Amino acid sequence: MRKITEKNITDTVSRLCLDSNIYLRKDVEKALIRAFEKENNKQARKILQQLFENAKIAKSEHIPLCQDTGLPIVFVDIGRGVDITGLDMVRAINKGVREGYHRGYLRNSIVRDPLRRGLLSGFTPCVIHFDLSRHKGLRLTVLPKGFGCENKTKLIMLYPTATMDEIKKCIISAVTEAGPDACPPYILGIGIGGSADYACQLSKKAFLRPIYKRSRLKHVARLEEELLKDANKLNIGPMGLGGKTTVLGVNILVYPTHIAGLPICVNISCHVLRSASALLS
Amino acid sequence: MLYFLRNLVKLQTPEDKGFSRLHALRAGDEVLLTGDIFTARDQAHKRLAALIKKGAKLPLDLKGQIIYYCGPTRAPLGKVIGSCGPTTSARMDKMTGPLLARGLKGMIGKGRRSEEVRRLIKKHKAVYFLATGGAGAFLSKRVLSIKSVCFKELGPEAIYRVRVKDFPLIVGIDSQGTDIFGRDRS
Repeated sequence: MRKITEKNITDTVSRLCLDSNIYLRKDVEKALIRAFEKENNKQARKILQQLFENAKIAKSEHIPLCQDTGLPIVFVDIGRGVDITGLDMVRAINKGVREGYHRGYLRNSIVRDPLRRGLLSGFTPCVIHFDLSRHKGLRLTVLPKGFGCENKTKLIMLYPTATMDEIKKCIISAVTEAGPDACPPYILGIGIGGSADYACQLSKKAFLRPIYKRSRLKHVARLEEELLKDANKLNIGPMGLGGKTTVLGVNILVYPTHIAGLPICVNISCHVLRSASALLS
Repeated sequence: MLYFLRNLVKLQTPEDKGFSRLHALRAGDEVLLTGDIFTARDQAHKRLAALIKKGAKLPLDLKGQIIYYCGPTRAPLGKVIGSCGPTTSARMDKMTGPLLARGLKGMIGKGRRSEEVRRLIKKHKAVYFLATGGAGAFLSKRVLSIKSVCFKELGPEAIYRVRVKDFPLIVGIDSQGTDIFGRDRS
């Protein structure tokens, strides 16, 4: 059994904050390249080229891909074979965020009080989701979420008798509403089922799966594919200026729910979907 | 960056005194902007709008200026600026009117504007530009210098004067009120 220290956690989170903000996720890069090959709208192609250039510069100059370095969402998967007794994990994680954001010259975007606004709080607190898992080791994942797109999140409580068409329609309308505002092409993280809060959590977690990978459940995978196809017919395109490239990927996570309801949370990510993960074991 | 050379308008902020070149721009035109622009986003707008409401003097003269909706990341050692792309313009819509009334001539951001802002842009013969969202590293290479102007305590939301060279933009709403997003899809 490996004993994990607070320093292990802090150092790992710090590194993940930097990696996620500076290096474009490989799956997103691939999706952008594929979109570029398929796109025939001239303006859309130009913008996609700027995005490739952007990723190159961020990497070589070691500066963040986007000035909105997000609200860091940290997922902690506590698996087997690790000893975490006596640790103040929340403190260790927040310390890691502070160190990483400070070291990487990332933006201080967190206000201490959501109502009074005003003073910035010095990078933290971040949002932390703890989970127990059957896997080996302790997995830490940092997902810095930009807020231009976070503002476009939709939670919809449908009736359990909703048809597949109605479900698709309400998801697509979330994309239409986001329109050109939240840095398209988008990636959709969708949580379906559970309770209202759990659907929201699932929608975030859905972003952690590579966007080229489909759900293991056949009917869910089909829904992902159909949504991707439908969304790319909206002609929103990069920066909202038209084209086939409106959504790069659709990731859905489902969970059992109550007989009376069908919670659906559509979390929209801009094309700079960022995350980085590490396993301590 | 050869692809920018078609239908391209080069615009220089201090030299375009009569704003004739600004007024000649049409929605969809690609522009390479050179000169000084001022960053301001949510909280800075709120403060400016409040000062204007009180009839107070502003910490910067907006007359003929261009505001960039941007909160850059800090400059790493030896660099001019960090990542510096645009933020969502719609959040500034309700505070834009008073600024235009004080002579603001241009805004740079991303996404749609409200119908009211489109109307006011036309009235004041201003221009709304789009910069590529999520390309803050790319855009940072077009910045020559940055200087804090006011509201320093707001951190990334403070007002900075940013000197840009060949900053790539697309005209979103021109001085005649034509909106690039004013098509049926939105």
